[in-house]
Amino acid sequence: MDHLSKLENQSIYILREAFNKFEHLAMLWSIGKDSTVLLWLARKAFLGHVPFPLVHVDTSYKIPSMIEYRDRLVREWKLQLVVGQNHAVLEAGTTFPNGRATRVECCGTLKKDALQQVLAKHHYTGVIVGVRRDEEPTRAKERYFSPRDKNMEWNVEDQPPELWDQFKTDFAPGAHIRIHPLLHWTEVNVWEYIERENIPVIPLYFANGEGLRYRSLGCAPCTAPIKSSARTVSEIITELRQTRTPERSGRAQDQESEDAFEKLRRDGYM
Amino acid sequence: MTPTEQLKIVIVGHVDHGKSTLVGRLFHDTGSLPEGKLEQLRRVAERRGVPFEWANLMDALQSERDQNITIDTAQIWFHTARRQYVIIDAPGHKEFLKNMVTGAAQAEAALLVIDAHEGVQENSRRHGYLLHLLGIRQVAVLVNKLDLENYSAARFQQVENDYRAWLKTIGLEPRVFIPIVARDGDNIATRSGKLGWYDGPTVLEALDGFSATDRPDHQPLRMPIQDVYRFDHRRILAGRVEAGVIQVGDKIVFSPTDKTSTVKTIERWNAPATDRAAAGESIGITLTEQIFVARGAVAAHEAAPPYELSRFKARLFWLGKRPFAKGRNYKLKLATQELECFIESVDQVIDASSLAVVSRKEHELFVGRHEVAELTLRTRKPLAFDVHADIAPTGRFVIVDEFDVAGGGIIIGDNYPRRTHDAGTKSDNIFWSRGKVTPQQRAARHGHPGCVIWLTGLSSSGKSTIATELERELFNLGRSVYVLDGDNIRHGLGSDLGFSPKDRAENIRRVAEVAKLFADAGVICITAFISPYRADRDFARKIMPAGRFIEVHVNAPIEVCERRDPKGLYAKARAKEIKEFTGISAPYEPPLHPEIELRTDQLSVSESVARVLEHLQLQDDSSAISI
Ligand SMILES: Nc1nc2c(ncn2[C@@H]2O[C@H](COP(=O)(O)OP(=O)(O)OP(=O)(O)O)[C@@H](O)[C@H]2O)c(=O)[nH]1
Ligand SMILES: [Mg+2]
Repeated sequence: MDHLSKLENQSIYILREAFNKFEHLAMLWSIGKDSTVLLWLARKAFLGHVPFPLVHVDTSYKIPSMIEYRDRLVREWKLQLVVGQNHAVLEAGTTFPNGRATRVECCGTLKKDALQQVLAKHHYTGVIVGVRRDEEPTRAKERYFSPRDKNMEWNVEDQPPELWDQFKTDFAPGAHIRIHPLLHWTEVNVWEYIERENIPVIPLYFANGEGLRYRSLGCAPCTAPIKSSARTVSEIITELRQTRTPERSGRAQDQESEDAFEKLRRDGYM
Repeated sequence: MTPTEQLKIVIVGHVDHGKSTLVGRLFHDTGSLPEGKLEQLRRVAERRGVPFEWANLMDALQSERDQNITIDTAQIWFHTARRQYVIIDAPGHKEFLKNMVTGAAQAEAALLVIDAHEGVQENSRRHGYLLHLLGIRQVAVLVNKLDLENYSAARFQQVENDYRAWLKTIGLEPRVFIPIVARDGDNIATRSGKLGWYDGPTVLEALDGFSATDRPDHQPLRMPIQDVYRFDHRRILAGRVEAGVIQVGDKIVFSPTDKTSTVKTIERWNAPATDRAAAGESIGITLTEQIFVARGAVAAHEAAPPYELSRFKARLFWLGKRPFAKGRNYKLKLATQELECFIESVDQVIDASSLAVVSRKEHELFVGRHEVAELTLRTRKPLAFDVHADIAPTGRFVIVDEFDVAGGGIIIGDNYPRRTHDAGTKSDNIFWSRGKVTPQQRAARHGHPGCVIWLTGLSSSGKSTIATELERELFNLGRSVYVLDGDNIRHGLGSDLGFSPKDRAENIRRVAEVAKLFADAGVICITAFISPYRADRDFARKIMPAGRFIEVHVNAPIEVCERRDPKGLYAKARAKEIKEFTGISAPYEPPLHPEIELRTDQLSVSESVARVLEHLQLQDDSSAISI
């Protein structure tokens, strides 16, 4: 079996475990390449169906073409979409860059708090998230089934053992489980799979006329494109196989301080 | 072209022996560090006024860097010309053994690091033992920090001799011992002048010398069912082939219920259609005959099924904060099966760092944290399993204590009987006398074979109502049917019995035997008894041929039952006028996997009856009760 099929089969197994074990299950969809691959894998696992809602945490700062792309796939793939938004902070106007929040604080309210509100409203106890171990060092320590307590906190020093694909599916009331079916994929694997399966991705990932493309998509004020001439998926794969620049180098919130990202994730960020 | 073969390597060994340093150095020396990473780590160290450590590449948590220790396992990728590697760094501190196991359980090969100055330590040995138990056979041992021993060949040899002797006692033969200085990169990616006396492979060469393990296609088929999907009109059984190969047209037996059917199609989405799937593939299958199969069943070929027993021997490691104790119930998870289990006997407790048998008076009563034991386990229902050495994926299990996975184990060989045909018989001298009328002839006369529909549930949950309605429906459809009802039986057949657990068990045993005779006579026998104990119902199931026992959980919350209370029994039980009343002062053990569950607080009587009829219809063709 080739390496992409191995990755795919493992992810399908995890998705099916999640669907079997959680009555109130949802999948986060950030519109980016990873969560779109995740969505594709769900269709693989459930033979063309997506039997749970997709939650999009809309910060309102997303690049406009992302929303268009989202709504098109929802129509074409017959998806059930739930949009979460932290209206309170957006109305108060405290968000970065115009308000007084730092980038990290802004991520905390617009993404983490908004997520918490959606989870509470719909009583989701299982949330599927497309994070990968190779993205950044704290994610390298994640589990496939990763518990968050009732305050959404991640107790990274005391994570459950995970062996032989037996996952943590029993938990105290109030807690929820993050399920990470893409944990074992790398950035290159994601693009190789997009190429093999011909998965539609948002055009922002491809180089524009000015020789710029997005490698990782976030909010407009905190996400910068990289210099690139890659205009096709296979050109992106060639570029990534050569680069030594980390994937999230264009994401400004990661760079604010040494352990900024670790703190965010401990508090419940994806 | 980048190679696509992937191998997962775990780095283990005693605390502080240099595992994370080795990973940092390996990445640096193979040019695999992201741009700017080294500078960033140096800057951080400088700002915090601490010496630079290669280990900080992996020890990403602030708490890890503060203490210079690895707490949790982490994974990182790099590649050589030969293949891609996933490097799994594991913590060496005993406190974090569960994280070490988490890392090691995913690996295909291991590098075990030993500090040349400190020599073989407690966790060098314990980790070696656990690697072996987890089934990792490809191991290279790295003798590190030889700078502290003046790059001495003699010291290297001494550590090698010590550790080889230990590994020999547990039956592990390492590929190679390599002298290294992880911090300086000696013998990591390039050969070291200071260790010029050594002419074996470098760490990088040793990695490339490991072979990738592939899924076992040549073994007997095992496909544990993960779920049953009904997205359209078809029933699709979803699961991953864990061993062997499955093909369209294969006759399949599902353990532990022993139902058989034939594979009609293999289902995938957006993939080339084939009629074959091999180990490692997550697929769906449909069957030609619609039989009732649920999550947990293991599909196999009839010629080589798994064992189906409720008692087996295992070697287990315990990670839980509370000990694994006799007299308590736990959840056992094996592939997709989940069963209640308990310890029958703890045969031996071993200190995995010395192989010494732990001798304490209570050693027969529990397995403590970080201990390893050989024990005999029992499950409440039969478990489908294999011996780990034969088929690993269905030969290993975890134990869940309350909310947490707290231990893992492998099933070891014993004289297990194949199939249960010899179980359950009491004496070799009593034979079942067979008349001249065959079951087939009876079935032809009645138009259907006999079976038992076993209703169980709390008092007032609706058993008798459903039983009598169901009887009427079946009778109208021309079936031979009869109801055995709790109250009626207690007037005669069970008039000498009370309500203690023992008497209840005997009452149910009699009912089960009578129901079996009815079924044998070709009648659809419906029983309506509270039958609160799982073991009693399992007995009733066990004495019936596979597929001819349909357990129906008549389920309504106790509050609802108490509100209904047509006979005023709950009121009396509350007033303590009735003793040992199920749900109030005596336990009710709900079925774990009933064929049918009827939520009578949500369904009308006719809806409930319809569900049972629908189920009977599903069993058409071979097992044909078909209505
Ligand atoms: N002198 C010397 N020191 C070394 C060498 N390799 C590692 N060290 C030091 O040993 C200490 C422990 O190294 P780590 O890599 O953190 O050890 P570890 O095995 O990962 O420890 P845990 O993960 O906590 O079990 C650090 O201070 C390293 O600098 C070596 O080859 N020579
Ligand atoms: Mg370490």
